[in-house]
Amino acid sequence: MTIQDAQPKSLFAAQEKIYPQRVFGKFRLIKWLALGILLGLYYIMPWLRWDRGHGVPDQALLVDLTGRRAYFFWIEIWPQEVYYFAGILMLGAFGLFFATALLGRVWCGFTCPQTVWTDLFLFVERWIEGDRNKRMKLDKEPMSFRKAGQKVAKHGVWLLIALLTGGAWAMYFNDAPTLVRDFLTGQASTTQYGFIALFTGTTYLLAGWAREQVCIYMCPWPRFQAAMFDERTLLVTYEEWRGEPRGKVKALAADGTKLGDCIDCGLCYHVCPTGVDIRLGQQLACIGCGLCIDACNGIMEKVGRPANLITYDSLYNQAQRADGLPAKHRFVRPRTIFYAIVIMLISAAMVVSLGWRSRLDVSLQADRSPIFVRLSNGDIQNGYSIKILNMVRENAQYDIKVTGIDQLKLKVIGQPAALVTVPGDSVGTFRILLHAPAASLGDESTPITVTIEDQTTHETSSHDAVFRGPAN
Amino acid sequence: MAEVERDLATGVQTTGHEWDGIKELNNPLPRWWLLVFYACVIYGLAYTVFYPAWPSLSGYTKGVLGYNSHADYYTEVAGAAEAKKQFTDRIAAIGVAEIAQDPQLLEFSLAGGQAVFNENCAQCHGVGGQGQRFYPVLADDNWIWGGKLADIEQTVRHGIRHQDDPDTRQAQMLRFGADEILDKAQVTDVTEYVVGLSGGDADAVAAERGAKVFAENCAACHGAGGAGNQELGAPSLVNKIWQFTGDRASFAAQINSPRHGVMPAWQGRLSDDLIKMVTVYVHSLGGGQ
Repeated sequence: MTIQDAQPKSLFAAQEKIYPQRVFGKFRLIKWLALGILLGLYYIMPWLRWDRGHGVPDQALLVDLTGRRAYFFWIEIWPQEVYYFAGILMLGAFGLFFATALLGRVWCGFTCPQTVWTDLFLFVERWIEGDRNKRMKLDKEPMSFRKAGQKVAKHGVWLLIALLTGGAWAMYFNDAPTLVRDFLTGQASTTQYGFIALFTGTTYLLAGWAREQVCIYMCPWPRFQAAMFDERTLLVTYEEWRGEPRGKVKALAADGTKLGDCIDCGLCYHVCPTGVDIRLGQQLACIGCGLCIDACNGIMEKVGRPANLITYDSLYNQAQRADGLPAKHRFVRPRTIFYAIVIMLISAAMVVSLGWRSRLDVSLQADRSPIFVRLSNGDIQNGYSIKILNMVRENAQYDIKVTGIDQLKLKVIGQPAALVTVPGDSVGTFRILLHAPAASLGDESTPITVTIEDQTTHETSSHDAVFRGPAN
Repeated sequence: MAEVERDLATGVQTTGHEWDGIKELNNPLPRWWLLVFYACVIYGLAYTVFYPAWPSLSGYTKGVLGYNSHADYYTEVAGAAEAKKQFTDRIAAIGVAEIAQDPQLLEFSLAGGQAVFNENCAQCHGVGGQGQRFYPVLADDNWIWGGKLADIEQTVRHGIRHQDDPDTRQAQMLRFGADEILDKAQVTDVTEYVVGLSGGDADAVAAERGAKVFAENCAACHGAGGAGNQELGAPSLVNKIWQFTGDRASFAAQINSPRHGVMPAWQGRLSDDLIKMVTVYVHSLGGGQ
């Protein structure tokens, strides 16, 4: 069935400005707490110190891009260990899936940076320009000194918050106290000023101007998060079976029967940060923040009707309640079990690999040309590059041994013996030559193992490689 | 005018496109999105004003900023040279033996020497000094003119049989057969002897005769036992490595009418520091003494 219409819509539509109204209640309180904790962590964490000894950054959390190191309290990550970041990203993804399967879009509604900063910017807007009706009126007014003053003040505070946000982001990549001093005295590098300006600009634009447009048009997550939902997932839902037909508090239906509980006051969409009418059902723009629940509960209390006309509930429970059957939450479900197991496995793998990781590594790369050469006495010689990664702070001396072939001889270019020194926290690269009688070789390639041993700690590390020779 | 269809659930027009029963709604694009598009267009046009962009018949517009990537390139090359100066200055000041003793200069020379080698030497000697027919392997321990750092440096600087350099490595093996210094039988005999020297399967009687010929004609350069003489550029005949093919026929051909390898002198083509770096690199390939 379709409706025919001769009037095509315009191709473009101006953004309809949303004026979320102030609201009190349980979910608003949770949102304030989440905002306080998350912003607190964000701004405070770069200032935490962690003593790592002389000449090493003492910032607890630092990604040192030029030094190619990442520091997290007692953990130090080298570039080749970047898979730990992959592990963290996987944990983040599965954590998100897990939370979504249980509680719907809690990430969007409470903890997403876009939500947190938009909330903060809305708070500033409300504080300076007043609540919903005042703001709507102000925007319709002709320009005046008062209006200009309020707008300037609002954007000024926004920009200040944005600057602090962008600055704090740069602190995770630079020593925080040094950066602040350099920034204020004009000593910071162009790159630092550039990135702070970039993050200041994007914060101001995204939290001040774009707001719900980010969730509706830019973010990919709303498009597929519904794949994690099932009929037992808790969602912000309107109890349509109880609310409809809606109408004024004292009104009766045409046939004299009572109307539903919804009094159609519109407060649920007046408080909504994305301008959604939840009574239309699940929709992409709903970020699941629960502010409409707070708003509706306030109204229901005033008109003396039962609370939770809009509520956090599962679709299954809603169907049960509509039929007058008992409703029951069920959190342990195949998909939540699956996500939980995946999270535990990844966490366990990360902890094990971090706890048992070696701070010494060796790799041997064979020359590709020549693959081997014949020496004047008929022996076969192979050339290799050996890399020794000394990931502790102390200089160390290593003994190099190669096993796997009888009468194998080892020579390190530029060293009198097979003993090399690698400074602390660095990679030592050496060129080594191996030669062996042709008779002791297996075939075109013979497996060998190189083992290095720290002369002080006797820690060892090995790498398997091959020795090439002519076909027998 | 085309008929417009509306989706019943939302009241939004559809585009009329349908995939497996799913219809595309014709929601209007947000205006800011359109503005971002216009901003990109303006940016693109402004870019062509500030940077080189539009072609003309005789060239191209230079852009008001006067930027060009060549200038950037030369600035970067100059910057890199400046950064390398601390090493190249020291390399220029000291000898190759001292360079090889200094771990920092050694690492720098190996990397730089490799680049020089790949650009100038690898065409004949092969990448990594693996050699090829007629061009000696540089990664083994057999040297015609010596494998010490100083020997290699001398060879690189002045070349081998390079006519324009008076200090070049010079050696000439006589055309024993072609110039009839030895007769055919003698050539055959001495060939058998040389085959035997490197452990080959030689005719004992002929080799016995050949030994005498060798002692009279060849030992002066190649040594009494055939061990060669690096001072004279006479290769060892007792090991398993042959610059030219190591079989009986090519031994005979070489004795009859010798082939001589030629290498250009690199002094004057490569700067002093590059010659030292490539010397250290060649020395590291596997056979440096």
